[in-house]
Amino acid sequence: MDRAAAEPVDRSIVIPAESLDTLIGALRDGGYQVWGAQERDGALGLAPLAAAADLPRGRVEAAEAGTVRLTDGPRPAYFDHTLPMQGLKRMVYPARERLYAAGQAMSLEEDPVEAPPIAVLGVRPCDLAALDTLTAVFESGPFVDDRFRQRRAALFLVAVNCMRPAATCFCASMNTGPRAEGGFDLVLDEVMEGDRHVFVVASGSARGRAVLDALAGEEAGQADREAARAGSQACAEAQRRHMPDGVAALLKQSYDDPHWANVAERCLSCANCTLVCPTCFCSTVEDRSSLDGAEAERWRRWDSCFGLDFSYLHGGAVRTETASRYRQWMTHKLSHWHDQFGMSGCVGCGRCIGWCPVGIDITAEAQALAASEQAA
Amino acid sequence: MKPRLAVWKFSSCDGCQLTLLDCEDELLDIAEAVEIAYFLEATRTTRAGPYDVSLVEGSISTADEMERIQQIRRDSRILITIGACATAGGIQALRNSRDHDALRASVYPSPQFIEALATSTPIADHVTVDFELRGCPIDKGQLLEAITALLKGRKPAIPDYSQCTECKLAGTACVMVTKGIPCLGPVTQGGCGNLCPQVGRGCYGCFGPKENANTGALVAEMAALGADRRTIRDLFGGFTASAPAFAAERERHDG
Ligand code: SF4
Ligand code: SF4
Ligand code: SF4
Ligand code: SF4
Ligand code: SF4
Repeated sequence: MDRAAAEPVDRSIVIPAESLDTLIGALRDGGYQVWGAQERDGALGLAPLAAAADLPRGRVEAAEAGTVRLTDGPRPAYFDHTLPMQGLKRMVYPARERLYAAGQAMSLEEDPVEAPPIAVLGVRPCDLAALDTLTAVFESGPFVDDRFRQRRAALFLVAVNCMRPAATCFCASMNTGPRAEGGFDLVLDEVMEGDRHVFVVASGSARGRAVLDALAGEEAGQADREAARAGSQACAEAQRRHMPDGVAALLKQSYDDPHWANVAERCLSCANCTLVCPTCFCSTVEDRSSLDGAEAERWRRWDSCFGLDFSYLHGGAVRTETASRYRQWMTHKLSHWHDQFGMSGCVGCGRCIGWCPVGIDITAEAQALAASEQAA
Repeated sequence: MKPRLAVWKFSSCDGCQLTLLDCEDELLDIAEAVEIAYFLEATRTTRAGPYDVSLVEGSISTADEMERIQQIRRDSRILITIGACATAGGIQALRNSRDHDALRASVYPSPQFIEALATSTPIADHVTVDFELRGCPIDKGQLLEAITALLKGRKPAIPDYSQCTECKLAGTACVMVTKGIPCLGPVTQGGCGNLCPQVGRGCYGCFGPKENANTGALVAEMAALGADRRTIRDLFGGFTASAPAFAAERERHDG
């Protein structure tokens, strides 16, 4: 998928920051529930928004490997924070869901998919790329996951270009951000200069254009459009982490590298990284039955290559040691994914770095592997 | 003929057996599906073995219990241990690393009447166990699933994943990452339903060590977050203190 190829921005306008509620109202009028990031228990999560006031305005993440703390930022921007702990994945691919129920009459009923139209406000470029990645996984090839497809189709995406990265972000080196080049219905740039606080709103689809046309706003001028681009540029330059070039090829040669044992000393095989990753798609299926055996159900739930059962084949699990599990995760994300789906499985969102309880950093491990291979 | 169920108690607090009685909505279905042949907490009527399924609560902590468990094993087709006492020795296993006589004298005014072994050990140290349910107490849903699955001859859908997995399935904000609270979740088997992290506190490991528990790496992080030796020792000295992975960490931080 060539993300840069699609830049169907056909109109952009400027609205005052206070008009965010007008935008939310227009989305509601279009038949959508509106969701956005909200602060709960010290973390951001996606939840229904009553009004723009529910957004974590002025808040930023002090994120580092193994820490994500929300604090007050320097200015009252709506979108200086970055990512909810878990992204759109929860919405299109629930952590647990019942697939089928079967009764005594030997009937098999597939559970209907609930997919109300939802507009998500504030989707970051890396998460747009992650949704594209999941779409490639679930909708390309001969087997389409219809449950995913229906939920995905029900989303209206209001992207926000990033002006400030978290310290864990590395989208610039994965070519997924910090500026969205497509894959959205609307995209916002938040411009704050002196007393002026506005959003540049641009459309990226016909239905986005319809919402945009319903808003009262001036056409965006050259100055605002340039300020927005400059903001993205500064955000890319402010990123401290990056993925080394050629990592896909590097991992293909690193199967026996001694560095895996080094990671395994630190890694807890707790699975947090895979379960916050916006592209990890693995699940397992569990069958349940009632005590009298009259009814049976089939459930699907997220799974992770960090679990022992994950690699269970006839006679036992194949990946008993942490080193082999970490190698599986990293090699799949950064190398085999290209062979499987023609793209990287990592979009550079940095979630796995911040939400790892012991702060294992996929970019640092990639660099360490590169150094180790060079030494060998 | 209905399958015959028996529930046995060893050194324990009865909390896990209570979980069975707590299955209020399902209790009639259970009574419908099985013959409750031995369950003193529910009925004084007892019937002799053999039994199809025995649920065993409690640890082995007296000589008498050592003998009793052998007979129960002989009488049972499937033996399931339930709870931290039966699967790891329980909180009473804290005595295992202490001088038993001194401990006994410090607790009881007439220690000569106390007939206890120097150690409290899990059932699996004494007989073959077919399936174990972790937790202090066990989870009701897991208990029903184990009984249902084993009666039908299918594998119980009881995962061995970490408590962290439960956090992320539920969408719970990590207390270590967001607040720096020490949490045993990354080395603890899930299954409780995410009880502690969901209310903003660290997991204290009542489901015992998960497979492949890397306690050393977790302890290094806890220390970096400011937890002192004593805090770490006490975290690993809870209801599953005697499970080998936790016992080793507790001893390393003792004194
Ligand atoms: S890398 Fe971190 S989050 Fe992932 S399994 Fe290892 S310790 Fe857990
Ligand atoms: S591997 Fe890490 S940085 Fe890459 S997409 Fe997944 S969570 Fe984000
Ligand atoms: S990295 Fe692991 S959990 Fe993620 S998609 Fe690959 S195999 Fe699945
Ligand atoms: S990784 Fe890039 S796109 Fe994603 S939140 Fe950070 S700066 Fe924004
Ligand atoms: S709160 Fe504890 S159990 Fe939950 S993810 Fe964090 S470390 Fe794991």
